[in-house]
Amino acid sequence: MVDEPTKKAKGTIILNKEICKGCSFCIDFCPTHCLEFSKDFNRKGYHYPVLARPEDCTGCDLCGLYCPDYAIFGVKFKDLEKLAQKAPAA
Amino acid sequence: MSSLAVNVELPELQNPLMPYLRQDRIPHIWCPGCGIGTSLNAFIRALDEMQFDLNKLAVVSGIGCTGRVAGYLNVDSFHTTHGRAIPFATGLKLGNPDLKVVVYSGDGDLFAIGGNHFIHAARRNMDLFVVCVNNFTYGMTGGQVAPTTPLGATQTTMPYGNFEPPFNLPYLADSCGAVYVARWTVYHVRQLTRAFKEGLSKKGFVFLEVLSPCPTLYSRRNRLGDGVEQLKYYKEKSVVKNGADTRDVGLSFQGDIVVGTFVNRERPTWLEAMNEHFSQRFGDRYQPYGVHRED
Repeated sequence: MVDEPTKKAKGTIILNKEICKGCSFCIDFCPTHCLEFSKDFNRKGYHYPVLARPEDCTGCDLCGLYCPDYAIFGVKFKDLEKLAQKAPAA
Repeated sequence: MSSLAVNVELPELQNPLMPYLRQDRIPHIWCPGCGIGTSLNAFIRALDEMQFDLNKLAVVSGIGCTGRVAGYLNVDSFHTTHGRAIPFATGLKLGNPDLKVVVYSGDGDLFAIGGNHFIHAARRNMDLFVVCVNNFTYGMTGGQVAPTTPLGATQTTMPYGNFEPPFNLPYLADSCGAVYVARWTVYHVRQLTRAFKEGLSKKGFVFLEVLSPCPTLYSRRNRLGDGVEQLKYYKEKSVVKNGADTRDVGLSFQGDIVVGTFVNRERPTWLEAMNEHFSQRFGDRYQPYGVHRED
């Protein structure tokens, strides 16, 4: 689950940590540097990204554009409801 | 509306790209740091943003790491024998001219084993979209020297450095007659998505070269670090030169990379040329092929 967003946060990330391979593309190319490697491992033994500074996340989805494993994507809070409605059909 | 983030169950949300993938095959086999997944990500986003009709799309791949794209995409796709992606795609296109046929394959498949097919499809201006993910090596078979390996790079079969001059792929495609030639790296995700959109809407032989890191073989043999290090190299050393002369865009080992859209021109495709030729030759006796479907 995502942390309680502060007023500054405009978006968040959604992560499927089990298919992450820890390539760190999202961590290195995040424009606001809000991601970091997790301390613990996923089932395959990789460190996955966590939202270390949730107040900086803008939900720009550049992490989702870089992710080679389709594990992470960013979403703006104003688009969350639209995405949640789309999800069951997908 | 104000407390959305608390109300919505986030783990149930699915990546919007997932409907385009065969989810029973995810996670894919590509190594951590490999750029093929990112290039496929850009391709799917281009399809998504264009709202492309997936019933009119066919993806053909050859053999190799990139050849597995056809297996992961949830569209009509075919995984052909080594190097024969373009002949298969040509047959597919001519059998059903209203399909958009995308050949998504690697540099070893398209230019070493299938090099002859590539030059002839470009010469005929067959209506195909050829995406070449260039990682400078044969990834799946263990890092042998490929026709794109830069001079001086160390590979399994060239332990003292490569002395064979590599292909300049945009120049090859340009000189053979491709109507659209572009090169981007997997660092340039937004430009890559735009190039995929342009390629999907362009008619004729479209060639897009995507430079991608191979952290397991190419980078490890040359001590270039992991995938992120290669992406940082692409970021530092790439120069955008749209419309550059393709003779000047050759790659050297860890040297400058010229990226951009190099060629964008119009030429009659093979089907158009055939219809025009036979219409002139036989007049009304000839029924143009594939025309009624093309609107």
